[in-house]
Amino acid sequence: MIEMKDVWKTYPNGVMAVNGISVYIKKGEFVYVVGPSGAGKSTFVKMMYREERPTRGEISINGSNLAEMKEKKVPYLRRNMGIVFQDFKLLPSMTVFENVAFAMEVIEASKANIRKRVMNVLDIVRLKNKARFMPHELSGGEQQRVSIARAIVNSPAVLIADEPTGNLDIETSWEIMHILEEINERGTTVVMATHNREIVNNMRKRVIAIEGGRISRDEIRGRYGYES
Amino acid sequence: MKARTGVRHMKEGGKNIVRNGWMTFASVSAVTVMLFVVGTFLLMILNINHFADSLESDVEVRVFIDRSAEASSQTALESSIHEISAVEEVEYIPREEGLETFIASLGDEGEYFETLREENPLNDVFVVQAAEPQQTELVAEEIEAMQHVEKTEYGQDIFEQLFAATDFVRIVGLVLILGLMFTAIFLIANTIKLTIIARKTEIQIMKLVGATNSFIRWPFFIEGLLLGVFGAAVPIIILSYGYTRFYEAIGEATGLEFFDFLPAGPLLVQTSLLLLAIGALVGVWGSIMSVRKFLRV
Repeated sequence: MIEMKDVWKTYPNGVMAVNGISVYIKKGEFVYVVGPSGAGKSTFVKMMYREERPTRGEISINGSNLAEMKEKKVPYLRRNMGIVFQDFKLLPSMTVFENVAFAMEVIEASKANIRKRVMNVLDIVRLKNKARFMPHELSGGEQQRVSIARAIVNSPAVLIADEPTGNLDIETSWEIMHILEEINERGTTVVMATHNREIVNNMRKRVIAIEGGRISRDEIRGRYGYES
Repeated sequence: MKARTGVRHMKEGGKNIVRNGWMTFASVSAVTVMLFVVGTFLLMILNINHFADSLESDVEVRVFIDRSAEASSQTALESSIHEISAVEEVEYIPREEGLETFIASLGDEGEYFETLREENPLNDVFVVQAAEPQQTELVAEEIEAMQHVEKTEYGQDIFEQLFAATDFVRIVGLVLILGLMFTAIFLIANTIKLTIIARKTEIQIMKLVGATNSFIRWPFFIEGLLLGVFGAAVPIIILSYGYTRFYEAIGEATGLEFFDFLPAGPLLVQTSLLLLAIGALVGVWGSIMSVRKFLRV
């Protein structure tokens, strides 16, 4: 599914963010990526959706090699993955429905399809009754649920979440986690970078810990393992 | 691209134009001014070229015969002129006839010159027509070298002046047009850059959910195109109206045969299409310039 072989990333300014990571993530897995700030977590995640290109090594997702992927092919790679951010990245001038529908318009889905599918995913994140709301009328947790709905609306094989609970209180964070778990149970691979010790320790999944740009620990049903 | 997507791109492009009110106004104005100048110069140049063409087609060489030449030498001269292969026609105008025409052309004031009949100062003249207007100069030089020829005259002065004027207008026009064109492109590029900055998150999200570059580019492309086309509309209307009126007025006022202006109809259609094309080109160019940089996410 997702495979990295001896991946290195050095930024043009000389920062060595990732130094020889090899990892294999199976289809349908739920993986936490943990580690202190500046350890290379973010770079690790960004390389998965080809926001960053590795300096050396191989990354393959569903059999296509990202390191050598042509710029033109990148959009098609991303159509097969959903991405969720700490700051939601919703479009403030669009309603909840439009925000989610946007991801389908971009890939030129039909109107009828869009309607059906958007209402369907809004149901999964339990926001069907707020489809006509604007983002600023929603709480942080609700906004994050909209962004999750947008990420899964095109039924991606992989969901990548970069600190999805970073801006939320603990109770709301659990709401988000339950939704992510549900999505994972429907067969989507979930890779989630996080700082949230309580979640990692209580909802036990595979944990990949990154320190100094290397994998320091990779445990099935692992724990957070850092003082934070 | 699906038709529905095309409609979406047009809507988005249109929306941006409304959203950037003042910048839209500025760049449309720049295109307007630019195309107005382009159009004016174009009409001028086309007309000057037209004058030059009609001048060229009726140029003739006037050969002034030495006053001391006798009738037999004149006949000899005429036959040697005929021998030049580029010569098509030779007409003989005796000095008495020349004076007659001259006096007649002055109308009432001609009577002051009646005294000249006693001692005619004019020469006998051959009017020589070359087969091709381009050969006029050659023919004139050849005849000039013959015996009993005092001098030859053809429209060289008017020619040279006209060509100098055309060149001047062309160069000034070109410089102005290029300068204004870059200003317009720059302004359009800036307007679209503003739209892009305002929509940075949107573009970023589009890229993350798998939009292709061309999908993102289309609305901006259309925005640029519209800016250019809107900018072309005003000069086209003003120039068409202005030239038609000018043509009507000048047609009645002048009897000068050199200056028959081009008729409005086909000229204006061509000019308008050209202005529209330039406007569209400038708009699209501006938009491509500004979008390119932003797509490397």
